[in-house]
Amino acid sequence: MDNAAIVGVAQTKYERRKKDQILADLVFDVTRAALDDAGLAIGDIDSVVTVSNDFFDGRTISGMAVGDAAGGEDKNISTVSGDGAFGAFYGLMRVLSGYKATIVVAHYKGSEGSVPITTNGMFDPIFHRHLGIDAISAAALQADAYMARFGIREEDVAQVSVKNHGNAKNNPYAQLPMDITVADVMKSRKIAEPLKLLDCCPISDGAAAIIIANEEIAARTKKKPVWVKGVAHCCEEYFLGDRRLSDPVALQDAARRAYAMAGITDPMAEIDVAEVLEPFSYMEPLWLEGLGFCKPGEGAHLIEKGITTMGGRLPVNPSGGALSANPILVAGLARLIEATLQVRGEAGDRQVKNAATALAHGFNGPCGQSHCVWIMGGKK
Amino acid sequence: MAHQVESERLVSVFAYPMPYEWSIGLYGSKFFQEIKQNRRFVGIRCNGCGKVYVPPRRVCGPCFQELAELVALSDTGVITAFSVVNYPFIDPNTGARRPIPYTYGYIKLDGADNIFSHIINETDLSKIKVGMKVRAIFKDTAEMQGNIQDIKYFDIVA
Repeated sequence: MDNAAIVGVAQTKYERRKKDQILADLVFDVTRAALDDAGLAIGDIDSVVTVSNDFFDGRTISGMAVGDAAGGEDKNISTVSGDGAFGAFYGLMRVLSGYKATIVVAHYKGSEGSVPITTNGMFDPIFHRHLGIDAISAAALQADAYMARFGIREEDVAQVSVKNHGNAKNNPYAQLPMDITVADVMKSRKIAEPLKLLDCCPISDGAAAIIIANEEIAARTKKKPVWVKGVAHCCEEYFLGDRRLSDPVALQDAARRAYAMAGITDPMAEIDVAEVLEPFSYMEPLWLEGLGFCKPGEGAHLIEKGITTMGGRLPVNPSGGALSANPILVAGLARLIEATLQVRGEAGDRQVKNAATALAHGFNGPCGQSHCVWIMGGKK
Repeated sequence: MAHQVESERLVSVFAYPMPYEWSIGLYGSKFFQEIKQNRRFVGIRCNGCGKVYVPPRRVCGPCFQELAELVALSDTGVITAFSVVNYPFIDPNTGARRPIPYTYGYIKLDGADNIFSHIINETDLSKIKVGMKVRAIFKDTAEMQGNIQDIKYFDIVA
């Protein structure tokens, strides 16, 4: 693979309701901020990828409505209707196919549509939607399958919520920085067994943008380029019942291929920090298993042993993760931005010391139907 | 059932609407407030290319520049294109059906450089032509709700 780098990043603060701004405002703000971050002008950009979803935006071919705000005038612009980590993948493909610099911009306002209806809309309209399944109840099924298979207790996964809301205190973009305890999580309102309120992400509004560039552009950007060392994505079956929910095989496959591309043989030893997309607390240990940081069923031990906390060997979600702000679609791009900031050494109070290699992860579809894994590094 | 069977093909029907609550933003809000307070239109000028956009928005696409200079516009304009529509239209906000036929118009408001769209109060093809002058007819102020239907339609004036 030719070298390509992330040379500019920007995020809005994530909030429950950004009433004052329309989607195009959010996109315009982060597009300009990402250009400023890179020290590039809109004329340096020759390709635009928006991350837009018609059900979420309530608009047909929703990417078109934010084209002007994304600087798409006179440019090749197209849309990924899925998580921002996949939007970034498409942006990378464009750079590898000859564009010099692609801006990838994702937006989401959970406050404008009905989250239960739009996430119910992910499911099959003939066999599943009538039953009421949505993002939360599907996650509850996966949590139950995972926890029952390995004997994981609710208190074990509650620690993830405690850690990530605590980490969010160091992230000025996070929506829910909180000092909470395992007991707080345990006594929070039951949402769908075994998930309680504090096991679940909030509804969020926000936007984020990155600029992916070839070596020629990366040689003259303001900030240190952060290079794509490895990346892969993989998908499994659509129907939840066709999958083994406690066994994220698509993630295992994506991770294996991303590591091979990056030359990583021992992820725990070679990766310094990970940002994984965990809108529900149990997802963090499950994804860490899929990513090969430990054996299946042992993900919860990582937090228990302090390995994934800020001072640990592999800090996971120093940003506070999706539990602390979950603008759907934007959230995977935010993970990649956080990984980029870590490698730059610009993550502020959430900076992991000497973070040379960072992992970012996003997923699409209920219970992680497809996963995208990025390995980012400071050296070409 | 090892062999092929003929049977009726069924469909799955959903009839419940998906609700949305879209922010209108700063300039969109000003557009509707100007109609309610002063019964006139407001546009926004790009300091890069000089183009005046209506409705006002934050960004000029070609210049990729922030817009900030609001300009008052007349309540009159010129028809640049129209279509007398003969199939029914369901208002997505109210569910009410618009009587047919009705005329959808592309109107260049005096003082603006882009085209505004609204309903023209004329369905007789012998009485409407591109190039005709039109004037906005607003609802009574007390009935205005801060949306595009605060403008009832445009009347042909010449």
